Order: sequence, then C-alpha cells, then structure tokens
Amino acid sequence: MSALLAAAGSLEPAARSYLSPTGQEIVFLLVGVLVLGAAVVSVTTRQLVHAALWLVVALGGLAVEFLLLTAEFVAWVQVLVYLGSVVVLVLFGLMLTRAPIGRSPDADSGNRPAALAVGVASAATLVTLVVDAFRSSWIDLSGPAGTTRLTGEFLFSHWVLPFEALSVLLLAALVGAIVLSRTKDDRAKPRPGNLRTALTKSKER
Amino acid sequence: MNLLDTLLRCVGTLVAFLVLPLVVGQAEHKVMAHMQGRLGPMYAGGFHGWAQLVADGVKFAQKEDIVPAGADRRIFRLAPAVALLPYLLVLLVIPVGPDGLVGQAVDAGIFFVLAVMGIGVLGSLMGGWASANKFSLLGALRTAAQLMSYELPMLLAAASVAMAAGTVSLPGIVDAFHWWWVPWQLIGAFVFFTAGLAELQRPPFDMPVADSEIIFGAYTEYTGLRFALFLLSEYAGIVVLCGLTTVLFLGGWHGPFSDSLGWLWTLVKTFALAFVVLWLRVTYPRLREDQLMRFAWTVLIPLALAQLALTGIVKVAIS
Repeated sequence: MSALLAAAGSLEPAARSYLSPTGQEIVFLLVGVLVLGAAVVSVTTRQLVHAALWLVVALGGLAVEFLLLTAEFVAWVQVLVYLGSVVVLVLFGLMLTRAPIGRSPDADSGNRPAALAVGVASAATLVTLVVDAFRSSWIDLSGPAGTTRLTGEFLFSHWVLPFEALSVLLLAALVGAIVLSRTKDDRAKPRPGNLRTALTKSKER
Repeated sequence: MNLLDTLLRCVGTLVAFLVLPLVVGQAEHKVMAHMQGRLGPMYAGGFHGWAQLVADGVKFAQKEDIVPAGADRRIFRLAPAVALLPYLLVLLVIPVGPDGLVGQAVDAGIFFVLAVMGIGVLGSLMGGWASANKFSLLGALRTAAQLMSYELPMLLAAASVAMAAGTVSLPGIVDAFHWWWVPWQLIGAFVFFTAGLAELQRPPFDMPVADSEIIFGAYTEYTGLRFALFLLSEYAGIVVLCGLTTVLFLGGWHGPFSDSLGWLWTLVKTFALAFVVLWLRVTYPRLREDQLMRFAWTVLIPLALAQLALTGIVKVAIS
C-alpha cells in the first residue's frame, strides 16, 4: 500500500488553499453535479426507458470523473462494463418486457420512503468514510498513478486474494443463473431447424 | 505548439472520418456490382459514377425529416448521434504510422476502443425503441442480443493480442509486432474480425436489419439525414473494425519501407480487409437468429479461449 501511496502522492494534509481551484478541479466539480443530477432524474422520472438512459449519463459522467483523476484504466473499464453491458442489458430487459413510450403509471411503488432511507443511509456512510479517510490530504495527480501497468501490478501483487474471491463469487453467480434458467420439464423440445417436423408430429397426435 | 498539435490531430481524424467511410461506401457500390455481374452506378460524375455517393448525400439532405407521431421525439432525434460518435472517438486512437502518427495515444487503447464501440449499440437501441414501431423494437432487441453475445469473443481475442504484446496500448502493440504473430494469432484474428462484423450488423450477421422480416430493424422509421447518419455509422464501423484488425493482428504500419510509407501500409491493409467485408456481404446468406447466437457461444468463444491458452503457452515458452 505504501508503494501505491508513494506513486500516488502522500496523504499528508495539504498546504493548499481551496479558494483558487485549478481548471481540472472546476471541471471535476461540474461533472460531479451533472452525475448527481442525472442520478436523481434517473430515479424520479416516470418514464422507464428515460430512467435507464439517464443512468447512462450518470455512469458516463463517473467515467469522466475517473479520467479527471487520471485513472484511465478504471475509466475505460467503467465504460466497457457499465455503459456497454449493464445498461444495454437493462434496456434489453425493459424493452423485452414493458417499456411504453411516455409515462408509466406504475413506475412508482409504495416502497419509496424505504428506498429513500436506504439510499440516504448508504450515501451518508460512504461520504463519511471517504471524508474521514482522506480528510484534507492532497494527492498529486501528475505521477503515473492511474496507468494500466501500475493498476495491474497492484491488483496482482497486493490485491490478489480479493480479486480471486470476486472471481469465484462471479462464477458462482454465473452457475446459479444457468441453474435457475434451466427449464424443469424434460419434454423433447423442437430443435431449431426441426420446427416443422415437430409441429407436424404434434398434429398427428 | 501543444494545442496546435492536438488541434491538427483532431482535424486530421475528422477528415479521415468523413472521407474513409465514403470510400468504403463507393467501393461497396462497385464491388457488389461487379461480383453480381453488373456495372453499378455509372453516370454520376462521369468516371465510373464516382459522384453517386455525393448525389446520395444530397438526396438524403433534401428528404423530409419525419418523426413518427407516436415516437419519443427527443430520443428518436438523439439516437443517430449516439450511434455515430463512438466511431469517431475510436478512429482518434488507431495508430496509422510509426513515430506517433496517431490521433491521440491512449494508455489503455484496447479497452478504450472496445468500450467505446460498445456504446454505439445504444444508438440502435434508443432509435428502435423510440420509433414506436414493433419492427423497430424487434430490430433493437436483436441488436442488443447480438452485441451481448459477440462482445465477449471480441474482448477475449483482443486480450490475446494484449498478452502477446505485453501492453494494452495500441501503438505499443504495433511496435511489439513480429511477422510470426500472424500465424500465432490467426484464430484470434478470425474471432475478432467475425465478432466485429456481427457487432456492426454486417451480412451475414445482419439479422437485426433483416429486410425480408422486419423491414430495416431499428432504422425503419428514419428518413433523410438521420437515416444517412445511421448508414454512415455502419461504414465508419467498417473502417474502424478493419483498422483495428490491421493494428492488432496484421502489424499495422509494418511492411517494406515502413519508415516513410507506414501510413500507406495501414491504409492498404485496412482497405484489403474492408474488401473482405464487402465480399462476405455478397457471398454468404444471412444467418438465422438462433444460428447467429449458437455461432457466437459454441464456436467463437471456445476458439477465443483456445487462442488465449495458445498465446499463454507460447508466451511462457519464449520468455
């Protein structure tokens, strides 16, 4: 960990004023506001597909934030996994089931207060944690802290165990999904391509 | 100096983005025509109808821009831009020649390219949904399903090259290239190119726009310039895919006299691959939806994994 800190700058309290922000910091804050706004719209809009698309804006904004922090690799992975796959899956699921154009009358559920409470609580926990962890420290971003090489080296020298544990977890989820989606009945289904013969057979019966 | 340099690179990329897809489009007119034993458009502009694409562009610009009454207007209008812009961004990072002849060198180039190319599909999804047309929605769904299936083999094949080169930066990969990489990464190249074709919805993987079933898939309701933008994004996609395959598997600017003619090698290889793309369109019938999915999951992914294993073994053996 110390090597990472050495590469990324120290956690010493900053001798810098917050009153003269650099351009990068201003952009960071603006994008942050955009992400927050998009996230809020995404949970309050009554139009289901719009919610998913606002999620695209929020997640893409997060990728920009990573970029501004020079964590290039993480930013692209964020785009690849969340924008390219997760949101596409969400949209796919929505369109496959129910995605009317315009407002969905049942987009609100009675669980709103509970959801709000959970959201605020987790946000408060995370904000407290991060603020308490970093306090007024200043991380120098001019170093190679976010490059792929450094990220990879740290991932596979200091964080191998969590990495492998996550892999096993994901594998378990994958196997679980396959088991759940398998149909119970073992009637012979018409194989694709043999549809016609299967149909005629069922008619003969 | 620095700003000017960046600006020049961006303008250069933009020019390439506006010219190369049109060249591919014109080549498609002619290649398809000759493979089918006809001439293709011959009159516009005089010499072999070279101005046909310009005329097509003017025609598209003149057409009325119609938004269906039941459509989600804003998303309907936004979709073509979402489909087109990712390819512009990708073109920016493809290295063309040695010594930094690249729009913008990105540290994690492969990830950037694959990530951004995946966003383009959002445009098709948005357009298909917002059209308020069942055929469009079906096309969008097929697009999404196809992307989800084919992105994995594409990533695995790209990862194999990254393993071989020991870097994920595109210029770095071209620098590390040796001629024997071509046979070594042959399976990966096949997987990458095929999966890329599927991601672009080019024949024989054009089930999402199968005209005999669902008219034109997600783009059914589009007219005029917005439709032209979708078409342009398809041709830009061909350029990007062929450029990437060139860079990753065919050695990019490597070739005789690569110091002075490197950019030409990249272009030649890219267009040779683009010719193959057009050739495949004329040659193969469209795969059915289930064949399409089965091909991805039972052929391409095992092949990509085999390539990864092979790359790993050879890499360990030679180091």
